[in-house]
Amino acid sequence: MEPILEINGLSLSFTQYERGTRRRSLPVIRDLSLSIAPGEVAAVVGASGSGKSLLAHSILGLLPYNSHLEGEIRFLGQPLTPQRTKKLRGREIVLVPQGVTYLDPLMKVGPQIRGGDRTEQARQRSRRALERYGLGTETENLYPFELSGGMARRVLIASAVTTDPKLVIADEPTPGLDARAAGRVLGHFREIAEGGAGVLLITHDLELALTIASRVTVFYAGETVEEARAADFTQDRLRHPYTRALWHAMPQNSFTPIPGTQPYPGAVTEGCLFAPRCPSSQPECQRAPVPYRPLRGGRVRCLHPEGGEVP
Amino acid sequence: MKHRLQFAGKKLLRMITLLLGVSLVTFLLMAASPLDPLQTNVGQAALGSMRPEQIARLEAYWGVDTPPVQRYLGWLSGFVRGDLGTSLLYRQPVTQVIAQRLSSSLWLMAVAWVFSGVLGMALGVLAGACQDRLPDRLIRGWCLLVSSTPAFWLALLLMMIFSVWLGVLPIGLSVPIGTETAAVTLIDRLRHAALPALTLSVTGSAGIALHTREKLVEVLECDYILFARARGESAKSILLRHGLRNVALPGITLQFASISEIFGGSVLVEQVFSYPGLGQAAVTAGLGSDLPLLLGITVISAAIVFGGNLAADLLYGAVDPKIRRGAART
Repeated sequence: MEPILEINGLSLSFTQYERGTRRRSLPVIRDLSLSIAPGEVAAVVGASGSGKSLLAHSILGLLPYNSHLEGEIRFLGQPLTPQRTKKLRGREIVLVPQGVTYLDPLMKVGPQIRGGDRTEQARQRSRRALERYGLGTETENLYPFELSGGMARRVLIASAVTTDPKLVIADEPTPGLDARAAGRVLGHFREIAEGGAGVLLITHDLELALTIASRVTVFYAGETVEEARAADFTQDRLRHPYTRALWHAMPQNSFTPIPGTQPYPGAVTEGCLFAPRCPSSQPECQRAPVPYRPLRGGRVRCLHPEGGEVP
Repeated sequence: MKHRLQFAGKKLLRMITLLLGVSLVTFLLMAASPLDPLQTNVGQAALGSMRPEQIARLEAYWGVDTPPVQRYLGWLSGFVRGDLGTSLLYRQPVTQVIAQRLSSSLWLMAVAWVFSGVLGMALGVLAGACQDRLPDRLIRGWCLLVSSTPAFWLALLLMMIFSVWLGVLPIGLSVPIGTETAAVTLIDRLRHAALPALTLSVTGSAGIALHTREKLVEVLECDYILFARARGESAKSILLRHGLRNVALPGITLQFASISEIFGGSVLVEQVFSYPGLGQAAVTAGLGSDLPLLLGITVISAAIVFGGNLAADLLYGAVDPKIRRGAART
């Protein structure tokens, strides 16, 4: 089946001014690739500062003017040009943002969801969407500060699905929710996917991602280091040492952290970004950029992947 | 209801302390003034030719022989009873002088206040919407230029251009010279108020524009603007629906806080245009040691400025849903 979204070799950098007039380019995402099929929930997992939210903004064309985007984004097989993005966003490609700060504090929920469309049709659509998430008509007349955390989250999801989108990008949709509420929210995304849409779930929470995603792409310092099936985690078939480290850092596994921190954007080395923290790093890892290549039904960016060399 | 009463009580108490403080400071400044009321108002030569009894009577009239504490308390006890005393220079009750002056100043200040608010808001929104592009740079440059120009100098410049060179507007006063009060038309009054009002509006608008721009730029960087874009709202819709709405609240505060600036500016501008308003009366009273009049004017001005800020607070309650709905629940 044709993927809904396909990203190939996406790189994103910002132009910055250093000490007055010297311009420099600050790479934040390097050589990112992923794809989402209809009906699929694909997760992008990475620590904060790894460039995850910028990925969402790149797809939606919401980057600031000093950014530079390379690579290819295809939506339903067609390249996503800025003009096309403008037409599609809010209709076929929608964003579910992190929290209540993404709602205008001075506007009631109803008009805000409808985005200025005052027709009766829009009114009915927004009402239906709210109903779908157990929110009554009275919710439309509330201001964002009157919503509880869970309600705000449902309003944000409702505002995204009013138009029957083909691609839903959820950027950290669960922080601040307890496990049960988070589970319910993720259930909503699962439902959306079952309706035939693709869901891109961006999160720092690997455990949460594994509960609904069929595929997980792992982000490290702006690079995709591995693409794995959800089953690869439980069956110990992971390919990249960082993914393994993430998995083993989870409380229910061995709860062992690895030393060191993720490098800042800009402070980037020639070779593998993870090499300084990698337990199985070799001298050649730091010499040249490491290619992203297929391995055992997934993809990995490592010269010496776990579980054997590339055939 | 209890909430409202508490609010009103607090505000009333604050107003009383403010007025007391303002009158006390004004009085202390006057008491410390090196100007001798007799020499200023009667003149050295006239004083030299007077008999000691006459001088003593004059001293009693100007209050030079009364100890300062007694003078202030005397004024205060009258003020509490609603008696602002009699102006020493105009020889009329202070309330009457102020009422007369205020009626000609009020229009001038009201026009300047509205106009500076509208102009400032419009320029600020335009600049904020075009952040760092040409319109923004031009507006910012203009506002900084105006802010760093003294109001009286701008008044002189406008007077030179419109009254002296072009000759389209009168050079000063609030009505034409040599005309009976009955014969003065509204057009006459407007023509005479035009230049002072323009000066005040232009100086007042610069600060409002710069503040509005900053606020709008800040609002446009908020998460909810990003989400509005993600929902497919156009740039115009975002500016009108979300930008203006969120700039409105600080805009109200700014607009009402600018009353004090308009008041302060009017003192200088009325002086330049010989406009017989409250500002000019304040200068005359200050230079002529007319203590009752000066105290009266400062207290009334302070009360008006306080009233403006109070109005802003009340409007906030009506406009901000957080306060409106929050207050409705308690």
